[in-house]
Amino acid sequence: MNLETAEIIKVGIADMNAAASPKKLRTSGLGSCVGLVLYDHERKNAGMAHIMLPTSDLARNEKFNRYKYADTAFHDLLKQLEKMGSPASRLKAKMAGGAQMFAFKTQNETMRIGPRNIEAVKELLTCHSIPLISSETGGSSGRTIEFDPATSLLTIRTVNLGTSII
Amino acid sequence: MSLKFEQLDVLKEMANIGAAHSATALSLMLGRKIGMDVPDVKAVTFNELTEAMGGAEREVACIFLRVAGEISGSMYFIMEVTQAEKFVREITGHQSLNLSNPPYSEYGKSAIKELGNIVIGSYLTSLSDLTKLSFIPEVPEFSIDMFGAVISEGLIELSKAADFAVLIRTVIREEDRQERHSFQGHLFLLPDYESFDHFYRALGVSDES
Repeated sequence: MNLETAEIIKVGIADMNAAASPKKLRTSGLGSCVGLVLYDHERKNAGMAHIMLPTSDLARNEKFNRYKYADTAFHDLLKQLEKMGSPASRLKAKMAGGAQMFAFKTQNETMRIGPRNIEAVKELLTCHSIPLISSETGGSSGRTIEFDPATSLLTIRTVNLGTSII
Repeated sequence: MSLKFEQLDVLKEMANIGAAHSATALSLMLGRKIGMDVPDVKAVTFNELTEAMGGAEREVACIFLRVAGEISGSMYFIMEVTQAEKFVREITGHQSLNLSNPPYSEYGKSAIKELGNIVIGSYLTSLSDLTKLSFIPEVPEFSIDMFGAVISEGLIELSKAADFAVLIRTVIREEDRQERHSFQGHLFLLPDYESFDHFYRALGVSDES
């Protein structure tokens, strides 16, 4: 299959998706949200989540979107990849996001959500012994990320800083 | 939570009054005729919200401030980057002010924040007069970045309780429509979840009545 025509699976805000090569996964406009990629390099399977908040303990309703929170999205991502033949023991991780988009002077907890999202994801990875291969987090820029399960490369685009591949 | 038709209608009326005040304030500041379009009030998912503005990746110039008080939420004034640049050049008289590429002019950034203070401040003041509820605006911040990234910051509080936002949007633009690139900005209010009840009670369309 021609790379140019490879299908791109979109992941929205507070959303999650999984795909196998030659498909690619993409999420746009990550601010303080974290884009987490779990992938199986040999089988070329990958899953991506666009996480808004660090823990489902913050949910004020019983019924909530599981993909919005790091812990529940992580759990569902693992289950999805396991169904595709990639259990946690085969997985590696990459992530991007967790920026602080506005330089608010107040020490408002809400405005520290980026770093909290990053910490939450790191803890979950440690907990499941999944190695974090590379990441580009923090700063004050929005990011669009695209993961190619064929190469295990994560392409990160920002408005001001150009494109990087990790 | 469900939103009844008359409740959305009341929010629309409220937005009409707020936006009219903003347009007047801007007209006075610019010495030009600024008008507004009928506000758009609807409940949308987070993804519908970004689609409404042309996608999460679209680059925008954005003034954002959090509102605290009986009514809390996030307030945005969003423009095309080229418009924002044109605007600051016009009001300051400095044709070299740059907002298209970093590093952005500090002077240009403060001019934009001042614009935000005026547009958003007059909107909130009129809402406060109308509802007799307190609004405490925090200091505005400015960013040029992807729409999805800036708007999600304002959704964080709300997202703990809901998977949708009530988008209260008005377009403020120069009345002379002949010039295609005349001034245009989008004014958004995204109330936090707890604020809806306060709004409805103050405006007499509460569920309990």
